[in-house]
Amino acid sequence: MEVTLQNLTKVFPSRNKKSGEEVIAVNDMSITIPDGKLVGLLGPSGCGKSTTLYMICGLQKATGGKIFFGKDDVTNLTPENRGVGLVFQNYALYPHLTVKQNILFPLQNLKGEDKLSKDEMLKRAIDVAKLVQIDNLLDRKPSELSGGQQQRVAIARALVKMPRVLLLDEPLSNLDARLRLQTREEIRRIQRETKITTVFVTHDQEEAMSISDEIVIMKLGVVQQIGKPQDVYDSPANLFVAKFLGTPPINVFSGYVKNEKICIGDDVVLPAKGVEDQDVWVGIRPEGFVLDDNGAFHCGLNAVEVMGRDVSVVATNNNAVSTTIRAIIPSDAGVDHESKSVTFSLKPYKTFIFRKDTEERIYLEK
Amino acid sequence: MEMVESKHKWKAWIYLSPAIILLLIFTVWPIINTVRMAFLENYSGLKAIGGATFKFGIGNFQKVVKYQKFLQCLKNTVLLCVITVPVSTVLALLIAVCLNSIKFLQKPLQTIFFLPYVTNSIAIGMVFAAMFNIVGSFYGTENEIVVTAGIINNIIEFFGGKRVNWINTGSSYLANMTVMVVYIVWNALPFKILILLGGLQSINKQYYDAARVDGTSRRRIFTRITVPLLSPMIAYVVITGFIGGFKEYTSIVGIFGEKMGPADDAGRLNTMVGFIYDALSTNNQGRASAAALILFGIILVVTLINMQVSKKRVHY
Repeated sequence: MEVTLQNLTKVFPSRNKKSGEEVIAVNDMSITIPDGKLVGLLGPSGCGKSTTLYMICGLQKATGGKIFFGKDDVTNLTPENRGVGLVFQNYALYPHLTVKQNILFPLQNLKGEDKLSKDEMLKRAIDVAKLVQIDNLLDRKPSELSGGQQQRVAIARALVKMPRVLLLDEPLSNLDARLRLQTREEIRRIQRETKITTVFVTHDQEEAMSISDEIVIMKLGVVQQIGKPQDVYDSPANLFVAKFLGTPPINVFSGYVKNEKICIGDDVVLPAKGVEDQDVWVGIRPEGFVLDDNGAFHCGLNAVEVMGRDVSVVATNNNAVSTTIRAIIPSDAGVDHESKSVTFSLKPYKTFIFRKDTEERIYLEK
Repeated sequence: MEMVESKHKWKAWIYLSPAIILLLIFTVWPIINTVRMAFLENYSGLKAIGGATFKFGIGNFQKVVKYQKFLQCLKNTVLLCVITVPVSTVLALLIAVCLNSIKFLQKPLQTIFFLPYVTNSIAIGMVFAAMFNIVGSFYGTENEIVVTAGIINNIIEFFGGKRVNWINTGSSYLANMTVMVVYIVWNALPFKILILLGGLQSINKQYYDAARVDGTSRRRIFTRITVPLLSPMIAYVVITGFIGGFKEYTSIVGIFGEKMGPADDAGRLNTMVGFIYDALSTNNQGRASAAALILFGIILVVTLINMQVSKKRVHY
């Protein structure tokens, strides 16, 4: 089921009547989530991603705009009439019911034509339990399950009525690091097998990039960029997106363009064809540095952190926005640990420039 | 660790001693003494001071059970318990759910519902008595001046019903019990509402969101989510309700006065505690103790049954 958000807006009225300041949680959001894809809504906390999810779900009413599932306008439908399954951040499994009863619960609500016989319900519950691999835990209570198992039960409960759209709110935030890796693969597999259009919310960029077909990056209620994770990483639309994606984060420098050349301080680092002279932000991915004695970019050397396959060079530059910058280079590149300075040349496709005022990307002519 | 313990044990006992001594004198000894008196036939404190000795035996219990009034007291107590506890619990649950679901006026209404709890029960009883009371010659002599049939009768008559003699001379047992049930339920509501409302407010709202996404009907949300999640609180108010109910006494005094019944049938609405009280006031400590032990036995059995039921029905 394709999900289309059309100029979706959510305004929360001010809590304090005197100050009267409204909070715009989601601002004029228009995106299309393709059928059968796994899409991650990504952004820092307070960016409106959860609000968007709850609006798609129907638990929160949109202030403006429309939501379509396929060709159906569901904007004014209640959650149960939209055919959505929602997995809550803390799962919200009914603590007094067993796993089986929890999974059966949505089916027992069905009325009229959709009503199922007891055997059918049980069959579907067991099928979905097998899909998420909890069929051996059906008679346990949620409190007797681990976090990961509870997560699977919550997904099973959301899937059992065969929703048109599956929504997951911060699905991995309550799990420990190891389980997180396992569960995100699990979510990917379940989504692939069921082919249900799935939207999930996360603030963890690694989580979003690793399993999503597409990611939507949001900031303060406004969509910043939509695309395949690799495309967005390789070609950020603005400084915010560039800074948000990637660990270690991108290194940002205050620089300028002069005579179609990108300059940082006195160093003329790269050509910038077709760009007018102006001050810019220069963003360089950690992997964009190449150790090169004849390179154009001069930095002070702080420390070299050995990570095995790579080394992380912690360097300083007067024009850097942060106190230290970080470059990831192969360990066999031969860094001189004792040296006080280091010289790099830069990979052009790992270096981006952004307008100083709007922080929008300035695209270079090829 | 062990050394520290042994070194300071005597200190701990000293710290505990004030409480222990008070408990021994005012709680433990009375309990032991009650058992002792119950098994000393015809025990009376006055006679004991006079140097009389008493035979050990179960005579007190036999007397209590044979006593005509005892069965009436037991019947009144059990009836009041069995009717008022479920009624007040269900009503309190409904009111708590309603209160919890409104935003406007929630706090003031909460306060209003809680007010009876901080009001003296004898005072409430007198007000209730006035509401049900008939003052004047409806049932008295013809020369008496008609004043009022009580506000409840006025309301009944307003809706075209016939007035009822609730608590005065010549009133029926059913009418008396009705008044008692209304009064006791009303009196029991505030505490139950408070506990249940507190329980409701501590239920995670996400369960209701989850239920909404799944299209659960309001009724099913109530029976399958709210009630089970509230079951520890419900068990608590039911168990304490029964225990309190078996000790019912002041409410009867509040409405009927010390006679514990309408003027022409004193003691008709007497309860177990009233029975114990009567025995004490006539210096029959032996009989009073035996009755107290019987009451203790009944409360124990009922509480055990309650707890057995809640093992299956209560989800912690």
